[in-house]
Formats: sequence, C-alpha cells, structure tokens
Amino acid sequence: MSDLNQKMVEKYKGNFLQEVINNVEEGETMKMCMQCGVCSGSCPLGPHWEYPPQHIFMLIRAGKRDEVLNTDSFWNCTSCYNCIARCPRGVQITHVMHGLARYQKVLGLAPKNQPTEKFSQLFWDNLVQKGRVNELKLGLSLYFMNGFGEGIKTALKNQKLGMAMMKAKRMNPAEMFGGHGVKDPAGFQKMVKKAHELEAARIAGEES
Amino acid sequence: MAHEYSFYPGCSSQKGASGSNQMVSNETMCDKLDIKLNAIDDWNCCGASVGYSGGGELARLTISARNIAISEKQHPDQDLIATCPACWLATRETQERLHDDPQMMSDANKALAEIGVEYQGIKKPARHMTEVLVEDIGFDGIAKPVTKPLEGLKIAGYVGCQSNRPYGIAGESFENPMYLDKMSEAVGAEALTGYEKKASCCGGALMFSEQEKSQALVKEIIEAAYDHGADMIMTPCAMCQMNVEAYQSDINEKYGTKFDIPVVFYSQVLSVAYGSTASEAALDGQLIAPKKLIDIANK
Repeated sequence: MSDLNQKMVEKYKGNFLQEVINNVEEGETMKMCMQCGVCSGSCPLGPHWEYPPQHIFMLIRAGKRDEVLNTDSFWNCTSCYNCIARCPRGVQITHVMHGLARYQKVLGLAPKNQPTEKFSQLFWDNLVQKGRVNELKLGLSLYFMNGFGEGIKTALKNQKLGMAMMKAKRMNPAEMFGGHGVKDPAGFQKMVKKAHELEAARIAGEES
Repeated sequence: MAHEYSFYPGCSSQKGASGSNQMVSNETMCDKLDIKLNAIDDWNCCGASVGYSGGGELARLTISARNIAISEKQHPDQDLIATCPACWLATRETQERLHDDPQMMSDANKALAEIGVEYQGIKKPARHMTEVLVEDIGFDGIAKPVTKPLEGLKIAGYVGCQSNRPYGIAGESFENPMYLDKMSEAVGAEALTGYEKKASCCGGALMFSEQEKSQALVKEIIEAAYDHGADMIMTPCAMCQMNVEAYQSDINEKYGTKFDIPVVFYSQVLSVAYGSTASEAALDGQLIAPKKLIDIANK
C-alpha cells in the first residue's frame, strides 16, 4: 500500500464519502445523487463498466472503498457528457468519474495495463513536453505502449491509415524532429509542476 | 465591418495535423463571411478530454487559464473562440471553475506566477465557432454568400458530444440539436433532420485505447446515416471527423459492412456553397473523397 493511501485510510477512518468529497474533482456534487440511474443508462460504454456511475455512487455512500478504488470502471468514460446533461440533480458525473480515476492513480491504485490509463498518461506527458500535442509522437508512443513487438505489429497494421493521412496532409513526418510548441517549454513545465505540487499538498492536507 | 475574434486554434488544427482540413476550410469560410480571426500568439494545449488523469484538476485548469490570460492581453476586447469542441469546453469550464472556487483561483495564479502570467477572472464566456455563426452571423447571414446552392445534397448533421454538452449552443436541446440541419438548409442542401445518431458519442479519445468498443459506436453512427440515405456526414468536431472517417475500412473488415461515406466539416460544406475551389475547402484533405461536393466545387 502506498504511503498516501495508508495515510488516507487512517485519516478518514471508514468515511469514504467524506474522502471523496474532499479529494475528488467535483466530488461534493455526488451528495445530490438520488440513484435514478439515468447516468448509467445514458453512458455509451455503460455495458462495459463493472460498476456504472449510479452503482459507484451507491458504493461510495456505503463506504466500499476497496471496491471503488480497485475497479477500472471509470476508465471507460469517453467524456461525452450525456450523464451530466441528463442528470436531474446536477451531479457533475463526468468530472467525478475523471476525478475518481485521477485519485485512484494518485493513491497508486490505478489498475495495471489499463489501456486508457496508459494512453492518457502518454497524452499528458506529450503535451507537457512542448506545451502542445505532437500527434505523430503520440501516435507512435501509443503503438509501443504495450512493448516493442506489439508496437511493430500495431504500426504495420496502421500503416495504410498513416500513409493516407500523410497524403491528405494531415500527418507530418517532420513532427518527429522538433514539431510545434510554445515559446518557453521550460517555463510551461515549471508552471505545471507548481500546479501539481499545490494539488498534492492539498490532498495530503498540508497548507500551501 | 468585419466581425473580429480572438482565436484559439488548438493542436489538431496545426498545419500538417489531423484536423488541418478543418483549419483550412474554416479560414476560407470566415473570409467569405467577413469574419476575422486573430490567433492567440503562443497558445498551449487545453488538456483535451483525456488530460484529466495525467494532469489532475489544478494543472488542467492552469494551462487553460494561461490561454485565456494571453488572449485577454493580446486581444482585450474580443471574444475568445475555438473551432475545436474540446478546446472550447476546457476553456469555458476553466472560467467557471476558477470563478466558483476562490481557492482554486488562487492556486492557479500561484502556478501561473511561475511564468509571470496572471489570470484575472471571467470576463465573457469562451465561445464556439458555431455560436459565432448561429448568433452573430445568423442563418440568413450564412445563406447570403451562397453562389452555388447545394441542391440535392443529402447531409446527416452529426453534432457529436462536446459542442453540444454540457454547454451547447443557446436555444438548442441536448437531445436534438438542429443547428447543423439549419446550416445545411441555409446553403441549399437537404438536411436529414431525423438522423437519430446526431448527438451520439464516437468514442472520443478512447478510439486510441479501446478501439473495439469505440468502433462499435461509430458503426451505429454511420449505419444510421445510410438508413436516411445520406450522401455525407457533416460535423463541427475534429475528433468526430477523424473517428468516423478513418476507421471505416477497419469496421468493414470486422462487421462485413461496406461503409464508404464521406465525413466533412460544416466549414467545408459552406465554403463550397460560397463558390470556393475544392482545395480552398480542403476537400483534398479527406480520406474518403466527398465526390458530390467535389463535383459542385469543380463546376
């Protein structure tokens, strides 16, 4: 168990609802959930969730910390905002699901080999490097995220699409060498680092 | 007098990026409508929809606050607009979140201070390009520059998710937004108003990580367009455009379908109706050639 996870277990002493409210993005809005299930029924990938959103809210209230923090359910969120648009109680479901995924990761509990977890980290690392996303490098790192052999296979499989994209001038091989970005990437990285430090301090309960 | 806006282009619109066909056609369309877009110098990525897990809340809000602060400095009296729904959503969400949460606002400014930038708070909500068209130009205004009415062209208006939810365009419903249909009609095309998948999700960024699940969603989006006899699918979103266009051969292989339907941006359709050439409308940037549109452009 990570130190932070241990610390949180001790701090909240079984009050998982309070833990979520304090530490998960828009977590306090889930207090409004009335278990109608519209969110679960509206999710385009709903059938793939081990626990769909309504169920997760119930588990949180019931203090089922392990169940919630060990599922990979919320990584199925496509950010379509159907649930938020339809929720009769204003629960910021999309954001709470994003927040739970992030919190799970911060606690060191993100499921191993969860493809969206891996991809979203690649995406973030890619954008922080230059302040803008380098689609070519992101695509290649995506191919290789499951190892070199798998990467070659994926790259070959997608070769036709890649060539078509290049022909349509929608993929630029020159992006491999440099590519676009903000003028001061080092400053951008410093800013992001500061934001991460402030957020980590808040979760750990330290004054910033 | 030209309508002027501060413009946030976003990563996929870069030259040689996946949505560069949107960028090119959007410029053409704006020229014809006397809209002037002043790009923010030195903008950064908004974090898009999957940035949440690597970025967390504060870093994500901070990077968007940087864009807004720069925009306000460079173009103080102009509305900030984006063509990309994710860019728009992230920007507008940042404005709201920092407005509602003084602690978050103060923390974001502490991070921004590292680069000598200050975010001063919400002035006017960021806007999407389609809002500019619908609200500032109006459907009559959209119809005005038409020199080649797109008669007989059947268009399935695919709005998708993030330009529609959670904010959407004023006066539209989340379940059945009509603005793309009205745009089609304004330029003389036939809008397939009963297209039931118009606000369905294409899988978004999960097309990269969960390809099978996402392609199953796209299959339904395309199937419904065929059911209505569409010549093409039209969208405002670069993610939707890419996801619905680029994987049709994969889907065909998997499901035994024979999909081959063009997926274009509204800015491409409007540009052609305004008399632009196929390359001005970036029709050469398509993976599946929109033949009927190209024919009209070449006429």
